[in-house]
Amino acid sequence: MELINQHTKEIMEGCKERARAAGLSFTDESLEYIVTNRDLIELSPKVMIPTLYDYWVHDVEVLRGKGEYELYPHNPYETVINTRPPISFYNDNNPDWLNVMIFYHVLGHIDFFQNNLYFRHTWEYDFTGQALSDKRVIAKLRAEKGRWVDYIIEFARSIDNLVGYHTELSPLFASPKQHTSSRLDYYFDVFLQVEKKLSVGDFLKEINRYNDFVARLGEEAETSFFAQIEVKYPEFEAHFQKKTGVKHTERRDLLRFLVENSEFLAREENVWMKSILEVIRMTSIFFQPQIRTKIMNEGWASYWHEKLFLQDDRIKGHEVDFARVHAGVTSMPRVGMNPYALGMRLFWFLKEAADAGRTTYDFHRLTDAQERKNYDRGDGTGEDFIFQVRENLCDYLFLKNFIDQDFTNKYNLFVTGKRLDQQRMVWQYYVKSRDARQYRDMCLNTLYHPPNIEIDTEKGEEGALYLIHHFEGKQLVQEYIANTLVGIEYLWGKPVQLETSEAVFSQPSHSHSGPRDEGAEPEITWQRVVYTMKEKVLTRKTL
Amino acid sequence: MAKSDLQNRLTKLQQQGLDPEREKRFRDELEQAEADHNPPAPAQPGPFPGFSRSIYSFQDQAVLQRQERVPNPYTLHFKSLDDLLERDRQREEDGFPRKIKVGKLIKPGKGGKGKVVVVPSTEEEKLIHDPTVRPPGEGGSTGGTGSEEEGDILGEQPVRDTGGEPGAGPGQGEGEGHDLDATAYELGRALTEKFQLPNLREKGKKRSFTRYTYDLTDRNRGSGQVLDKKATLRQIVETNIALGNLPSLEDLDPVRFLIAPKDKVYRVLSPEKDYEPQALVFFVRDYSGSMAGKVTELVVTQHVLIYSWLLFQYGGQVESRFILHDTEAKEVSDFYTYYNSRVAGGTEVASALKLVNEIVAKDHLDADYNIYVFHGTDGDDWDTGGDKALPEIMKILSYASRMGITIAEHSGTQWTEVARYMENSGLLRDKPDLIRMDIMSEDADEARIIEGIKKLIS
Repeated sequence: MELINQHTKEIMEGCKERARAAGLSFTDESLEYIVTNRDLIELSPKVMIPTLYDYWVHDVEVLRGKGEYELYPHNPYETVINTRPPISFYNDNNPDWLNVMIFYHVLGHIDFFQNNLYFRHTWEYDFTGQALSDKRVIAKLRAEKGRWVDYIIEFARSIDNLVGYHTELSPLFASPKQHTSSRLDYYFDVFLQVEKKLSVGDFLKEINRYNDFVARLGEEAETSFFAQIEVKYPEFEAHFQKKTGVKHTERRDLLRFLVENSEFLAREENVWMKSILEVIRMTSIFFQPQIRTKIMNEGWASYWHEKLFLQDDRIKGHEVDFARVHAGVTSMPRVGMNPYALGMRLFWFLKEAADAGRTTYDFHRLTDAQERKNYDRGDGTGEDFIFQVRENLCDYLFLKNFIDQDFTNKYNLFVTGKRLDQQRMVWQYYVKSRDARQYRDMCLNTLYHPPNIEIDTEKGEEGALYLIHHFEGKQLVQEYIANTLVGIEYLWGKPVQLETSEAVFSQPSHSHSGPRDEGAEPEITWQRVVYTMKEKVLTRKTL
Repeated sequence: MAKSDLQNRLTKLQQQGLDPEREKRFRDELEQAEADHNPPAPAQPGPFPGFSRSIYSFQDQAVLQRQERVPNPYTLHFKSLDDLLERDRQREEDGFPRKIKVGKLIKPGKGGKGKVVVVPSTEEEKLIHDPTVRPPGEGGSTGGTGSEEEGDILGEQPVRDTGGEPGAGPGQGEGEGHDLDATAYELGRALTEKFQLPNLREKGKKRSFTRYTYDLTDRNRGSGQVLDKKATLRQIVETNIALGNLPSLEDLDPVRFLIAPKDKVYRVLSPEKDYEPQALVFFVRDYSGSMAGKVTELVVTQHVLIYSWLLFQYGGQVESRFILHDTEAKEVSDFYTYYNSRVAGGTEVASALKLVNEIVAKDHLDADYNIYVFHGTDGDDWDTGGDKALPEIMKILSYASRMGITIAEHSGTQWTEVARYMENSGLLRDKPDLIRMDIMSEDADEARIIEGIKKLIS
């Protein structure tokens, strides 16, 4: 790996000036390296982080058949990584005009990394530095503990998708001035919601009631408020006293839960394992926002490379070359998805819509198709709007909020289905729907989504760790359950149970001929099962 | 063999008494008697390869810089597969399930030899959603662009044969997209230290199998490792005669000899081809209807392993012939066809063995070659009691250096026909040096397969 030459660096600096002028914001420094195939071989298993810890699996062919991107929530071949300074990688034979385009694309990504709030937790430190010290910790442990270090890495990695990314993120946004007593927190957060199971309406009423107290009584509010509560819920105080003794446990972050609660890991001879778990956990959390903003991030970078490249005076004469490469990157596939194309179109669409004032409440209230079509308030605030979008949203919200019929109609988008024609024994690809809602749901369905697995601290028998998989319409990959649970059992030191749902295929009662019609829904039913891993033996029980 | 002939034979067998389970299997085979054995057509990507492509598979390096994934040259990291296997063995000792799959087979290419490569691979398991569980007949959905109306058909793709059909070739769908010539590890390397062809005899030294041996055989004038005194003296005498320094034989005074540097003759170390006996290996596999599924996979896996080991160990110098049989046997020209041909039809082991004998007799191969026969089957044979097979086996044993029979048993069956008549014949006891039999169940893993090879050829 070597730095790009001075000539190319100058081009990059020129790109930075122009990108800043257009409103992007990013740190001054950046590092650009030329990478060879050999470098890539070493970098790609380490997700392009040159200083990532060593692990033997990095050196073997890894089978990634099922759900590759669920298993590896990070892109092994990113061009730019979210470090301080950001590091980006280039082929050594790119012509200058292509570099200009790639630089703009990279700057788009850097702007996104440094301004999108889902990356908030990565802003304060340089991940390569962190990774380097982690790597040293692991190397040192490996010298002492040998292969056991690799087992712990393996077990930790097998649950590194079950980390509380959002719980890590949310405290960063809590206003420091907001200070409430633990009694108040307990009353609103736990007592009303968990114990009393209040409806949302009643809950909001209760909050309003408290706010009235604050408005009327100021400092005294809380005391008088709880004086009333004691009358209303005489049991409240007892509940509160009982709960204050109990340490709050994170229930959706399995790795952290193990670090904090596993008796096995707490033993003196095993404490070293905790640092490995923590390394794996932090690495995973670092990469989480990346996969949750794939469409936005690529769309944003493509939007800007298109816009800025065409304005750049240095590349005159290469418009056709650019058009060819750019079209290759951002053309909508006839069938299939392309995050660059979809994201970029959505940003352009939003900019135009906001320019005309079509993102406003007034517009959304319009029901007349003709009026909607011709609506143009001439706001000209499109760019501001998309800058806000890039700051505040992730892929899920981006797609959910903004894919509408106007968008899918404009770009002629539809949902492609694939079904079996049993008579002719062919798979048919067909236009399943042109409805924007269906298109949106299809898109949302392709997004990264780790299973929602919660720890139930009450349910486990004989100290067993009880995991509940909240079923969301997809079952877990069955072949993986056994080995994953072996790892969790090792780290927990006691048996592990996993409650989940599994598909039961029932034969159709009547044979279909021809394409299945929409109404005849699946012969598939779900049943709840519990897996128990005890002393490395897996048993399965239907609930 | 035509279906009606088979039907006749089945009737005859029934008269002699057949247990119902065997009869059912025979009937199943009969059903498929006329299906063809052609290797499956290569998998079609379909009209829309982008259909199931994840949005996360797009990445800047490929899209912007055309830098595609670089295959990982495993050899760069691991001195040998042995390190990996050692790690895996250690895992078992430490009480964790094995994780490395050695025999991840890659479909051999057509024609060319030396293409059988095996990649050590592993999987990282996590609790993740399974995207493939969906109602039958439903293929998922993705995006698309165009002006078609709802319900319009965009394209079609024939359904690929699956296991339930006449039978799928074992290599199907495995390792697609891997570049065979890429840096994958050759399995043969790992097996080399463990195995040697047994009972190699000196026969018709026409070819060398192994590498060179080094010997001080070549001569060089002027410099070298060891002075050849006799040759040097002769050279000196010649030189001196030419110079007129040796007027008559009576007046010989060696002190007056002039010695030119070039006169010194040395022996130098040089590579010598080491001629060794040559070998011919027959791979014989049952591809009758009953072989559908795992058993075929096992048998071909084992044969691939043997084949790749031979390629590596003997540098491709061992000749291989491939024979497939149902009730009739045929020879195929390359490993690809051998490996991929589909199963169908009835079973008669004798037909294949007979073909082996014919080939050997026709070309008098037994005079020049050490002959090895590896036969893989599920143990089913319409030829009850081995009346036809045993004489052929006796014949083979009269010239072969080793015959190895692999029986991959269907789960639930035990003591198959072939196993029974082999056992009854007493051959296994009488000639343990010449014939070996290995019986494994159909869910044997790779370690078991390698174990089987050891048993067959040790």
